[in-house]
Amino acid sequence: MDSKVKIKAEGVNFFYARSQALKDINLDIYENQVTAIIGPSGCGKSTFIRLLNRMNELLPHTNITGRISLDGRDIFEDSVDAVQIRKRVGMVFQKPNPFPKSIFENISYGIKVNGIKDKTFIEEKVEASLKKAALWQEVRDRLSDSALKLSGGQQQRLCIARCLAVESEVILFDEPCASLDPISTAKIEELITELKKDYTIVIVTHNMQQAARVSDYTAFFLMGELIEFGRTQDIFTAPKDKRTEDYITGRFG
Amino acid sequence: MKKNLIQDSGFFILFLCMLTTLIFLGLIIYFISVRGLKVISWEFLTQGPRMGMTQGGIAPAILGTVYLTLGAVLFALPLGLACAIYLCEYSPKGFTVNLIKMGINNLAGVPSVVFGLFGLAVFVKFFGFGVSILSGSLTLGIVILPLIISASQEALLAVPQSIREASLSLGATKWATIKNIVLPTALPGILTGIILSIGRAAGETAPILFTAAAFYTRGYPRSIFSEVMALPYHIYALMTEGTHPDQQTAIAYGSSLILLFLVLLISAAAIFIRQRQKNIHG
Amino acid sequence: MKEKIYKGIFAVLAFASLAFLMGIVIVLFKEALPIFQKVKIGEFIFGRYWYPTYSPAEFGILPLIMASVWVTFGAVLVCVPLGVGSALYLHELAGDKQRAIIKPLIEILASIPSVVYGFFGMVILTPFLQDLFHLPTGLCALNASLVLGLMAVPTVCSLADDALNYVPKSFREASFAVGANRWQTLTQVIIPAAGSGISTAIILGMSRAIGETMTVLMVSGGAAVIPHTFLEPVRPMTAAIAAEMGEAPMGGLHYHALFAIALILFLITFVFNIVAEMISRRFRIKLGLSG
Repeated sequence: MDSKVKIKAEGVNFFYARSQALKDINLDIYENQVTAIIGPSGCGKSTFIRLLNRMNELLPHTNITGRISLDGRDIFEDSVDAVQIRKRVGMVFQKPNPFPKSIFENISYGIKVNGIKDKTFIEEKVEASLKKAALWQEVRDRLSDSALKLSGGQQQRLCIARCLAVESEVILFDEPCASLDPISTAKIEELITELKKDYTIVIVTHNMQQAARVSDYTAFFLMGELIEFGRTQDIFTAPKDKRTEDYITGRFG
Repeated sequence: MKKNLIQDSGFFILFLCMLTTLIFLGLIIYFISVRGLKVISWEFLTQGPRMGMTQGGIAPAILGTVYLTLGAVLFALPLGLACAIYLCEYSPKGFTVNLIKMGINNLAGVPSVVFGLFGLAVFVKFFGFGVSILSGSLTLGIVILPLIISASQEALLAVPQSIREASLSLGATKWATIKNIVLPTALPGILTGIILSIGRAAGETAPILFTAAAFYTRGYPRSIFSEVMALPYHIYALMTEGTHPDQQTAIAYGSSLILLFLVLLISAAAIFIRQRQKNIHG
Repeated sequence: MKEKIYKGIFAVLAFASLAFLMGIVIVLFKEALPIFQKVKIGEFIFGRYWYPTYSPAEFGILPLIMASVWVTFGAVLVCVPLGVGSALYLHELAGDKQRAIIKPLIEILASIPSVVYGFFGMVILTPFLQDLFHLPTGLCALNASLVLGLMAVPTVCSLADDALNYVPKSFREASFAVGANRWQTLTQVIIPAAGSGISTAIILGMSRAIGETMTVLMVSGGAAVIPHTFLEPVRPMTAAIAAEMGEAPMGGLHYHALFAIALILFLITFVFNIVAEMISRRFRIKLGLSG
């Protein structure tokens, strides 16, 4: 009963200057499922998800071969605009990175840069996004306050709301809880589970319990290679590869 | 015990250094203020010089300085800001860009009289603008260009990469990101740089010596091709030219006070903005 | 498409400003070189007589160079102790309250125009020095050194203070932990750690002093002879350019000679700035700050 494949990576290699960061990655990401990518630091997991919305293009001296397709269409084709891809594939970063603007402007920004000017529409959208990100109750009275005044956990949910407002189809989480306390982390995890009804989610994490709690599928990366991919329960209970087993039982990493 | 004696005398010397510095700088401001205030009046600020520079006011010089400074900023600001944006946001990082940055930093330290010669050779002579507001403004513009570029660059570099990425990840284009996120965030820093360079342009004398300044003009400048009086040059000329040193010195005190007041006000504004920015962002 | 246009506009403007800045170097060379067809570089730099308007004219700029060296050296004697001493005071002794006032004050004072310093030198220092040393004129190398030195104090102080602030707090604590007092910590730990940063400050202060025009034009006295004491009138390079360019016929030898002086001045300050930049880069690496 596998659902539809949303993103498909085929034979992806990625190079920073001379060194190869990713080696021949083949991975399917299923629609409306949470896919976790785990692995030790420097294994290429963040590099990989930054390919999915073409963020790595911002770095100099990089090169990619292979194919990544979104709904069957290669995102690296010449005729495809990176900006269009990023609209459809949103991203939540490791450290909360709100703009130094008001809470309202943070959320409305993505809507506005995509060309929508209708005020009531924007206001409704901001409210809906904040509600979806479970932040509305906490900020409804101070939408015009600076977003920098929020706590770390609130800022991260704001960043999620910001992402929801542009109606992306996929949301990439790059270690979203790395800088948060356990309570804020729990809230974000709850939110991720909630969001998968409407979105396809990819989450990079170095926290295996987190991967086990929130994800449906898990991919294990090691030194730029995809070692094992499968249903989360299988990976954690009956890993096929010795290296996966060593990692999840805490023998290295 | 000996250890503490050394420490106490060392600290006392440092205290004396600070005190001397403040006293001397204070003296400059004190003398100029006290003697300058004697000659400043409404007439002094609003009228031109009369009776061979011995009476009347300095209005044309004040106005001239305003024109020259305004012209310099109009010229240097778009160029400098665009240059900084291009170097920080668009150009690939690497050896060439570093070289360019180093070149710009070095030009900020080039003596202003060298810029004056450049203005003379290029604007006055080569382009044939003559000794004029236009030549002077362009020359002053080039003096402050490196300042504006490096201040803007610093402000742009201080904008965290993470919020650029956040904007791009929402499907904003590069230009939208620069316009809506990067520039507003960098604005206080850029503003500080601009204001400081306004102060610099207003006070510079050497670059306008051969490109714009005249000791005396009849009335106010008529066009950008006119010679112009300017406050800093006026002070210099009053002290070195003319035939009535005593009366001229009095007017020079007044002119110095006005120039000092303008420039200190401008730089105080810039430093105030920067201080406030620091307080907000810790 | 629109994106490309924006990028293009910025590129054009950026290269225009770079072209202007490059232009300075080109123009200096172009306007300076003709003098060297008439006068050998060696004779120009080491010639002892600067009589540009005599006939036959003599273009030896050694007196001007020596004047710049004397005046700058004197200025360093003033601005280094005062500037660095003040920075150390700010860093070590001034409390937060004093610091909050003095630091911005110094920065504001750094923006006083040079013509105002020159004016101060002329009206206050000149008669004072004349009486003190019984001189024929108070306009002399000493006067220029004092005013220039004073003028560079805020710059040196600000930069040196920044350098001191870059020294990590942990250095200090480590020194206290082994029983050093504040003075020992300051002189044996903090100053050495900030040393290259402080030298950068001094070099930049010197660079400012050697290139300063209006003050020296107003107070140095203007005699183009090699000085033997600080009490003689001198004519530093910048003053020569500023004073003579107005009278030099355009395109004549004198005109080109003045451009050649400007070129030499440019090269000197360029070297100073590069050295300062290199030292400060090493300093940042040494303290583990990003280059």
